[in-house]
Amino acid sequence: MKKSIYMDYAATTFVRQEVLDEILPYFKDYYSNPSSLYSFAEDSKKAIKLARQRVASVINSKEEEIYFTSGGSESDNWAIKGIAFANKDKGNHIITSQIEHHAVLNAAKFLEKNGFTVTYLPVDSDGFIKLEDLRNAITDKTILVSIMFANNEIGTIEPISEIGKLCKEKGVYFHTDAVQVVGHLPIDVESMNIDLLSMSGHKFYGPKGVGVLYVKKGVKIENLIHGGAQEKGKRASTENVPGIVGLGKAIEIAQSEQNFEIKRLTALRDKLIDGILNKVSNTKLNGPTGNLRLPNNVNISFLGVEGETLLFDLDDAGVFVSTGSACASGSLEPSHVLLSIGLSHELAHGSIRLTLGLNTTEEDVDYVLEILPKIIEKRRAMSPIWSEIVRKEEKISCTAKR
Amino acid sequence: MYSEKVMDHFRNPRNVGIISDADGIGEVGNPRCGDIMKVYIKVKDNIIEDVKYETYGCASAIASSSIASELIKGKTLEEAWKITNKAVAEALDGLPPIKMHCSVLAEEAIHKAINDYRKSHNLELWEERTHAEVIKEHQCNN
Repeated sequence: MKKSIYMDYAATTFVRQEVLDEILPYFKDYYSNPSSLYSFAEDSKKAIKLARQRVASVINSKEEEIYFTSGGSESDNWAIKGIAFANKDKGNHIITSQIEHHAVLNAAKFLEKNGFTVTYLPVDSDGFIKLEDLRNAITDKTILVSIMFANNEIGTIEPISEIGKLCKEKGVYFHTDAVQVVGHLPIDVESMNIDLLSMSGHKFYGPKGVGVLYVKKGVKIENLIHGGAQEKGKRASTENVPGIVGLGKAIEIAQSEQNFEIKRLTALRDKLIDGILNKVSNTKLNGPTGNLRLPNNVNISFLGVEGETLLFDLDDAGVFVSTGSACASGSLEPSHVLLSIGLSHELAHGSIRLTLGLNTTEEDVDYVLEILPKIIEKRRAMSPIWSEIVRKEEKISCTAKR
Repeated sequence: MYSEKVMDHFRNPRNVGIISDADGIGEVGNPRCGDIMKVYIKVKDNIIEDVKYETYGCASAIASSSIASELIKGKTLEEAWKITNKAVAEALDGLPPIKMHCSVLAEEAIHKAINDYRKSHNLELWEERTHAEVIKEHQCNN
């Protein structure tokens, strides 16, 4: 039987059985519209309330600070545009980083077309912003700082508590895109001074099409979706009850398994990274090492081979990975994240991301370490870039012998 | 995303390699764009007797080089020159619009290899289309 090893958990996760079991009755049995007044609607209302409690408990917020959305992109857009339009009397300046998800970057670009100015902070070679750069960028016109909790491509975990503290000192709202973090690492919006936080259900074994924006009480934010009075009048549209139920259940389970999974995945991650770097020459790990990297993220560039080629060769061997961000796979441009950390276009084109999760085993890692070097060797053998490197190395070797 | 034919040529690329005593070599693309094709031809009595290539790039770049090598092998130089990027793409049962530039690279690499041969034989060079011209033509036709 052909292998089927999924290593793209950062793109999406499966819905775990316990979550599915809890969701299913809300399609067929408890299908009422939670906005209805009759008693039958109580089941839906209660289910949403329970999900809200579960989410609030995991990030240490209040229940009423949790707003359900359609996913991470909507949450990011709402946070950025909502703060901008509600606070334009105070200023028109927003700060973000060069390595944000496109949901943040394109929302910021939209605002630039609408009279706002945006500072895109650079990052160092591991993807970290410098607090000093942030401090220097904040002006009396700054209304929002949006820095992701952890990068989806290279796994860099930003210094969120320090950023939150600085924003609080300066009186600026702080939003963080925590889509890759919620359910995987501890989050405390109170102690971290986070004003707004985005999450997405399908990144932690919940369903797709449901997310959350945490909005700290007192934060002034404009609506993104206008219509009915759902979500305390702040986000119109009939609630996605099964999705919300699933997100709530998924986050609760993820929280209970978090410590175990962090240790397990970190060990597998490091085995995979060390194995690839040791077995394949001319490779580069993108992003930091140790605790400053997401426990499940591996991103490596291979000189002389193009990423899509590796993706398909691995697919043929039954291993599913991505090249950079899955969202950018329809583009010919290399990842903006990899270019921002200073990679050459050549190395950026030759990168693959392997992200681990609940079903990843040590045997899976061993299998990848067995097949990947052969795939690289095969493709490098037909690469003019690689033959140029080999010719240069042979020349150096011959010169040395003389 | 890709046709069966593209994936077949990607998985089993034909004529890969180099010709150390090639009569003409054509190299196009650059690592910045993520694609490089280097085509080697051996010519006897005006016929492309052998063709090899090295390709760095995505699946469609590898497939385009592979099918192009098959299309020009055994052809006269004049016949090979007339094989356009459109013919390369059609022989692969089509390419996604965003990947059409790979077929353009294949056409260009062949043209450069042929002109390299003509140059070494003191023959007048044939006029090559620029990458931008071909891409523009493709965009206009779609």
